[in-house]
Amino acid sequence: MRHILAILLENEAGALSRIVGLFSQRAFNIESLTVAPTDDNSLSRITIATIGDDKVLEQIVKQVNKLVDVIKISELTDRKHVERELLLVKVAAMGDKTRTEVKRITDIFRGSIVDIGKQIYTIELTGSSEKLNAFIETLSNETEIIESVRSGCVGIARGEKAMRV
Amino acid sequence: MTTELFTGAEMVVKALSALKVKYIFGYPGGSILDLYDAIFQQDEIEHILVRHEQAATHMADGYTRATGKVGVVLATSGPGATNCVTGIATAYMDSIPMVVLAGQVPTTLIGNDAFQETDIVGCTRPIIKHSFNCRDLSDIPNIIAKAFYIASTGRPGPVVVELPKDMLIPQNTAPFSIETNVNIRSYNPNIKGHPKQIRKAAKTISEAKKLVVYSGGGIVLADASQLLTTLVETLKAPITNTLMGLGGISGTHENFIGMLGMHGSLEANKSMANADVILALGARFDDRVTNNVDKFCPNATIIHVDIDPTSISKTINAHIPVVGLVDIVMQQLLDELNVINFSPDEEALTEWWQQIHLWRDMRSVSYKQVAGEKIKPQRVIEAMYKITNGEAYVASDVGQHQMFAAQFYPFAKPRQWINSGGAGTMGFGLPAAMGVKLAFPDKHVICITGDGSIQMNIQELSTCKQYNLPVVIITLNNRSLGMVRQWQDMVYGGRHSSSYMESLPDFCKVAEAYGHIGIKIDTLEELDSKLEEAFSIKDKLVFVDVLVDEKEHVYPMHIRHGGIDEMWIKKGVKA
Repeated sequence: MRHILAILLENEAGALSRIVGLFSQRAFNIESLTVAPTDDNSLSRITIATIGDDKVLEQIVKQVNKLVDVIKISELTDRKHVERELLLVKVAAMGDKTRTEVKRITDIFRGSIVDIGKQIYTIELTGSSEKLNAFIETLSNETEIIESVRSGCVGIARGEKAMRV
Repeated sequence: MTTELFTGAEMVVKALSALKVKYIFGYPGGSILDLYDAIFQQDEIEHILVRHEQAATHMADGYTRATGKVGVVLATSGPGATNCVTGIATAYMDSIPMVVLAGQVPTTLIGNDAFQETDIVGCTRPIIKHSFNCRDLSDIPNIIAKAFYIASTGRPGPVVVELPKDMLIPQNTAPFSIETNVNIRSYNPNIKGHPKQIRKAAKTISEAKKLVVYSGGGIVLADASQLLTTLVETLKAPITNTLMGLGGISGTHENFIGMLGMHGSLEANKSMANADVILALGARFDDRVTNNVDKFCPNATIIHVDIDPTSISKTINAHIPVVGLVDIVMQQLLDELNVINFSPDEEALTEWWQQIHLWRDMRSVSYKQVAGEKIKPQRVIEAMYKITNGEAYVASDVGQHQMFAAQFYPFAKPRQWINSGGAGTMGFGLPAAMGVKLAFPDKHVICITGDGSIQMNIQELSTCKQYNLPVVIITLNNRSLGMVRQWQDMVYGGRHSSSYMESLPDFCKVAEAYGHIGIKIDTLEELDSKLEEAFSIKDKLVFVDVLVDEKEHVYPMHIRHGGIDEMWIKKGVKA
């Protein structure tokens, strides 16, 4: 099962490598990982999407928590939450028909075209990982995908509860 | 007023003094020379020069296991630091507090593949509790204070501190300030057990008919053996120890049913398999204990007390997990048992003990010595026990001799038994024994070893000479890698692939060449008298080379993939 974990940790040299090292050392799976400093610059926030059964997830949460740099970890997928991922994709856009159709699909998915060339469009899209998957699939039926990059998902819990020091 | 300024090297020494460090174990080299210069110019801390950095880590480790004080290792960058890796892993696996100060090339050269540059923080990341890079010399005192705090609290473990050369040189100075009362916002180990869990545990214990206490290295680390003994006597329950937990309760205590696990006693493993409640204290259900986890103790309610939440329900699901320091949790349990007016169910206990005595009567931990035949290794351990009144510190290497010592030397006290249980590091025994001897010069300190293990750090005989560390080395010499050979006999059709030690040296002559005494024993008749002679020599290291029966196997032994109580009790005989 897929789980999204939010980790709050000290923004220190080597902290990220401890997290990544732990996952490979203990053969835990990483589907995606994003990291950036928070509004409090002494802290970083990591979002990891991982796959595993309940027993594996319990170990992941405990093992991550055990790292000295880690302040908090919580699973987002077992509660109401918002999750978003950013996609940038460069597609072949040659001929009026293709250009129109790509523009139409982009509008339907509420994406935007952020760069135009004689033969390409670069499209930006934000949403859940599934939405991004669906967009790519739809696009690839229409034209050739030249390059794509995804941010990996970030997430935050709904409601009053906040993850802070 | 001008503030006094110090070099980074001076700060390291001052910080270690502030933390009451007496010994550092190490080996000098280019990037760490400034620190060695600062050590030279003071008298508070003594540096012990080993002959290989791996031995420095094991020596610090042995010192720590015997005293409870944090061991300190010092090594230069590159190979000096990488030589420490095995010793750090050994300490990590057995939760031994250790601080390793590793030199590094100057910060301006880091990443340039400079001479003797290795990313030691990267190399050790999976085998440390935490590590520090030092990038500002005024941070040095607090980094060292934090390293000690992290190493020694919670579940203890090794901490690596990387010191680049430009942090130590005389040209760079800063004021010295240290906060020894450490507070780290991201690190707050649990201390007390949750009261609700304590109540649940006490209730479950009070209703048990076939309770077993299973205790591990956590008891030794927490100096909780007194409390454990009180708890066991209150419960009147049988207790088994893990390999790491030996001495947690006296090996001659009437409730002690022996070590459990792969080479544990049949009665210990049978009791676990048939228990209705298992009280696990500072133990982690290691695979050498459980055998096949799918068949593990199917009828037991498991209460698992551990300081480290990751140990709980990692391999075996705990029904009642209690996270906390084992001594504090045991006291909470005793208090709660008092509150609920606990008194043991005498009828159930009598029945349970009768059953355990039947298993014990099978005498699974035994051997047969025939006069005139080759010396049995177990016989040597028994002689060693007798001569030292069971009071010696025994530092072991890894292999058959380790298991024989664990089985045939009942340890009266914690910290008497010093062995690499988790990592199984050959070469650990001699340097560990040296660390113990340094701490307790007036006690008998034995290194029990084999002809394979001893050669993995035999160069330390030279360090023993330099610092006058008269340990007694007892080599159970079977001219082969005994444990490997045993597995090859049992699992690999007797094909002894690379398990012979051909061209062994004359160990007595090796010892003499280093300035020590060598005693060779090859007949049963001379075993006791020559061993007594060895232990009567107090001021010199004695290397006792005992030629033992190479065909002897360690029994009992788990049958592979079986339940915890499925065992071979001797060659070809299943329990």
